[in-house]
Amino acid sequence: MESGIVAYGVQIPKRRIKVEEIARVWEKNGKHISKAINVQEKAVAAFDEDSCTLAVEAARKAILDFNIDAKKLGAIYVGSESKPYAVKPTASIVAAALGANTRLMAADLEFACKAGTAGIQMCLGLVNSSMIEYGLSIGSDTAQGRPNDALEFTAGSGAGAIIVGNKKDEIIAQINHTVSFTTDTPDFWRRPHAEFPEHGGRFTGEPAYFKHIISAAKLLMQEAGTNADDYNYAVFHQPNGKFPLNAAKILGIDPKKVEQGLLTPYIGNTYSGATMIGLCSVLDKAEPGDRILAVSFGSGAGSDAFDITVTKNIIKRKAKKAVFDMIKEKEYVDYALYIKHRRKIKSL
Amino acid sequence: MLGEAEQQRLFIFIKKCEDLEGIFMPYNALPLNWRKFPERYNLEGSYCETCDTYYFPARVLCHKCRRKGKIVTKEMPRIGTIISYTKVHVGLKGFEHETPYYLALVDLGKGVKLLTQIVDSDDSKVKVGAKVKKIFRKINEGSKIGPISYGYKFKVIK
Ligand SMILES: [Zn+2]
Repeated sequence: MESGIVAYGVQIPKRRIKVEEIARVWEKNGKHISKAINVQEKAVAAFDEDSCTLAVEAARKAILDFNIDAKKLGAIYVGSESKPYAVKPTASIVAAALGANTRLMAADLEFACKAGTAGIQMCLGLVNSSMIEYGLSIGSDTAQGRPNDALEFTAGSGAGAIIVGNKKDEIIAQINHTVSFTTDTPDFWRRPHAEFPEHGGRFTGEPAYFKHIISAAKLLMQEAGTNADDYNYAVFHQPNGKFPLNAAKILGIDPKKVEQGLLTPYIGNTYSGATMIGLCSVLDKAEPGDRILAVSFGSGAGSDAFDITVTKNIIKRKAKKAVFDMIKEKEYVDYALYIKHRRKIKSL
Repeated sequence: MLGEAEQQRLFIFIKKCEDLEGIFMPYNALPLNWRKFPERYNLEGSYCETCDTYYFPARVLCHKCRRKGKIVTKEMPRIGTIISYTKVHVGLKGFEHETPYYLALVDLGKGVKLLTQIVDSDDSKVKVGAKVKKIFRKINEGSKIGPISYGYKFKVIK
């Protein structure tokens, strides 16, 4: 493919709550849980933040840090499962906030945690066929976790934005190949008007996460003619801090190659944002010639896999602030403040 | 902390803010709110090319040049300096749950000042002279079924 990633941006809310603090309220063993899921704390969107504001901030960084003319965006897709409106696109708000042109394709996408990467694929198709000059895809979520549900320990907030383009001197990471693996698997869902998602407990592991991630990764390597050793970095969807490391082991990839793109231990599972933010963090560190394997996972279920090669442009074109520096800017909240900000108190 | 003149100025600004019909985006004021999106999302104001004057909120007429002025649309600078601030403990309607919060008068340079909420900033950093940056936040949700207002707030940067 001729196109690739020309810009990226990440937004992570400032507030954090520790897994141990959540466990304290439900009188569970926080240290034990934190270790078992390899998550220390998660990012908490404030009272005045939602998946739309996070999307705008992430996209704005991509535009500004990489000097992209917002007027030249031909498509904006926002992937989320925590849209502020059930009906009324976030994408159009993002477009207005970026000062994009009105000659614009735009839509909100939903595929549980993988709608952001699905957006990248759509942008690739449009850019490769010369229908647009630049395409922006954002994965953004303020993930919902029912109080005292296992998800509450991990459901975090954050957004990652990636701009696809085809100008040789702008591409920082060539996308060599992408392929998806999709089945009808009811591992996690949320019905209309339901406030919190439901899930199949342990069913979300083997037949859902691992089956789809591994199948998509293998399919990609087969079609791209690569093998596990070719990759310097691997990014996987990260519902907790353990699954991506296990996925790497199954694929025969050194788990150390996963660490740069593994943010869930520090910000929780940012759902649609997770694989996007992980990939952005790898781009913060990657050098020309590095090869990246990125595989998202969305319940329901499916995985999008990408074979990516970093170009020499990455030396000059960089994000102003690396993701791992961004997450240092934080303020801890206790459980009471957490449920206020996340509007889990009934009167809010 | 504030001089008398500043206090007076801040009072007028807060009064103005209370009078703002737009905060809640009631259905009958949708067009009014919608017209303000460029101002709220991107600090879009106006600029008089004749006398090099910036205006925010936007104006259709330059009060100095009158009909000789050539007014164009212009985005204001997104970085500014706090020139005065107050910590609000009894919030305006719609902001009751956000107390205590900071309201500040911010100088964006070019003669442009605005009143804004300061968020995501430690108490120790909110002070006169602090450098602030525009960010995009939810201003108000109103009712659970109504339209959501988005717009600018500022945060202190180092
Ligand atoms: Zn004038």
